[in-house]
Amino acid sequence: MTQSAVRPTPASPTPPGGHLLEVRDLHVEFRTHEGVARVINGVSYHLDAGETLAVLGESGSGKSVTAQAIMGILDTPPAHVRSGQILYRGRDLLTQSEEQRRQVRGKEIAMIFQDALSALNPVFPVGWQIGETLRQRQGMSKADARRRAVELMDLVKIPAAAKRLGDYPHQFSGGMRQRVMIAMALALDPKVLIADEPTTALDVTVQAQIMDLLADLRRDLDMAMILITHDLGVVAGVADRIAVMYAGRIVEHADVRSLYRSPAHPYTKGLLESIPRLDVRGQALSTIKGLPPNLMRIPSGCPFHPRCPYVQQVCVDVVPHDLVLGDGRTSACHFAQEVRDDSAR
Amino acid sequence: MSDFETVAATENQAARRGPSGEPGAPNQIGAAHKPRSLAGDAWRDLRRSPIFWISLALVVIFTLMAVIPGVFTTNDPSDCLLSRQHAGPSGGAIFGYDFQGCDTYSRAVYGTRASLLVGALSALGTGVIALVVGMLAGYFGRWIDAVLSRVIDVVLGIPLLLAAIVLLKRVGSASPTVRITAVIFVLAILGWTTAARVVRSSVITAKEQDYVAAARMLGAGHGRIMWRHILPNSLAPAIVVLTIALGSFIAAEATLSFLGIGLKAPTISWGQDIDTGRIHMRESATPLIVPSTFLALTVLAFIMLGDAIRDAFDPKLR
Repeated sequence: MTQSAVRPTPASPTPPGGHLLEVRDLHVEFRTHEGVARVINGVSYHLDAGETLAVLGESGSGKSVTAQAIMGILDTPPAHVRSGQILYRGRDLLTQSEEQRRQVRGKEIAMIFQDALSALNPVFPVGWQIGETLRQRQGMSKADARRRAVELMDLVKIPAAAKRLGDYPHQFSGGMRQRVMIAMALALDPKVLIADEPTTALDVTVQAQIMDLLADLRRDLDMAMILITHDLGVVAGVADRIAVMYAGRIVEHADVRSLYRSPAHPYTKGLLESIPRLDVRGQALSTIKGLPPNLMRIPSGCPFHPRCPYVQQVCVDVVPHDLVLGDGRTSACHFAQEVRDDSAR
Repeated sequence: MSDFETVAATENQAARRGPSGEPGAPNQIGAAHKPRSLAGDAWRDLRRSPIFWISLALVVIFTLMAVIPGVFTTNDPSDCLLSRQHAGPSGGAIFGYDFQGCDTYSRAVYGTRASLLVGALSALGTGVIALVVGMLAGYFGRWIDAVLSRVIDVVLGIPLLLAAIVLLKRVGSASPTVRITAVIFVLAILGWTTAARVVRSSVITAKEQDYVAAARMLGAGHGRIMWRHILPNSLAPAIVVLTIALGSFIAAEATLSFLGIGLKAPTISWGQDIDTGRIHMRESATPLIVPSTFLALTVLAFIMLGDAIRDAFDPKLR
């Protein structure tokens, strides 16, 4: 737990004035009747203006919970932030009052959800919903809010935006609904956009359109983006850096290029090897054996050791530190160097 | 919200296509597509529902009867002559006369006002208590929920009739207005529990929805989330429970009046008439049947109307 306090920040140097958003050694647990689930165990990452960080991991790895902690929309109980800091422009959000945090939400940091249908209120037209935030937070008149809603819907490329203002969420297709959700999130012109699996619920073709849209918007509006996903393919074209999460920890953190070329953590390596490839024929697809750990009983030492092909006794006994590799990357593996050299070969 | 939509409609005239139309996007309704409101959709559904029209007609008739009984009968319900006891139909008295020699039909018509007033106001009071309690318990949870849920359990454990008898006995011989208020008050404070439980559970369901998280993400406060995002989405079941409650409150008022502790003369009510009709049933059944039929039709009309509106307004059923 304490080792991460002196964790070096990988991949990019701290800009003057600090990072735009920085999560430091965050610990979150869910207290339930069955016991305490350690969902986040010392996550640290940062985001600078204008960049895209991809947070990658399978279900239950804690990637969405970290995002909800940043937004301050964790359901408490059962979730409790045990320790850590979330710094936005140098101020710790976790020590702020609910009212101060409310000011940050939407205006500074906004989030889009996986399932846009359930993230839109079914009883109000989409124009009303996009405009609601503007009327409430910026005191816009109904007519101004409506005009701005049309602009936002144009911005996210909803055809015939002005016509569809009065439509209800159920009258939109999946891709269009996700666009509405994005328009809502952009209403207050946030500096950071957190996209929580924005394309998981969509068709493959629509997925690409939404990812392109997000990348364009990020660039045009000069936002920083945290892209949460379990889909390595989605990440490649969009992200600058990738943080790979496993069992509530960041196991590897690197820029996209080096991570894809030579993963330095056995888990990342396993993930990359389990992507079906068009250019390799006649081979069984490799998989990562076993299941993600039960968060109430996280394995001793390295949480990945029961599934790891590189496992040694040290992995069972000792929690691996973040190992800093030459090019500013980190990997929480005792054998990071070997794994990277293996994958580079 | 309505003028918002009007503006939207005007804007549509000058609508232009977005910068890049998403090709092949499904569910793109054509250019002639008009914005529809939830109320508009509901109205389209309701228009085709015979149940809606029948129950609406009955509700309108009974409401008119309550407001302007003089239109439905020209006979004075308190013009009673013992010489006409149980006499057959004559003049305006289409159902004949009762034991006291009063016009049976006229009394039933004039009894509508008390019954509807008690039913509607009790349901309204119930609705307000149930929404507030259910919303607070469901939204804030934890100890607030624990306390309010126990209060619901306690109130639910009180037998309605027994408590009503105890409470209304204390009113004694009061003026008709005080008595009717007392009946409404007693029914409302004893009858809100079921509706509150329904509201609480639908609030808990709505609270977990992503659109509530999305509203929080955009910086909405508790009040706004409860009022704009949770309330409209948990109203449908409450409306059904309340319309059914309205019917049962009318029935409860009749029961109390029947037992002699609800409304009393000079207030005319179906319950009292059913009671007197019952005593003299063997001599003439019409003074019992007429107010009973009015009561049954009113209760039925409200329950059917509530059901039809619920079906039409629930977006999840589309």
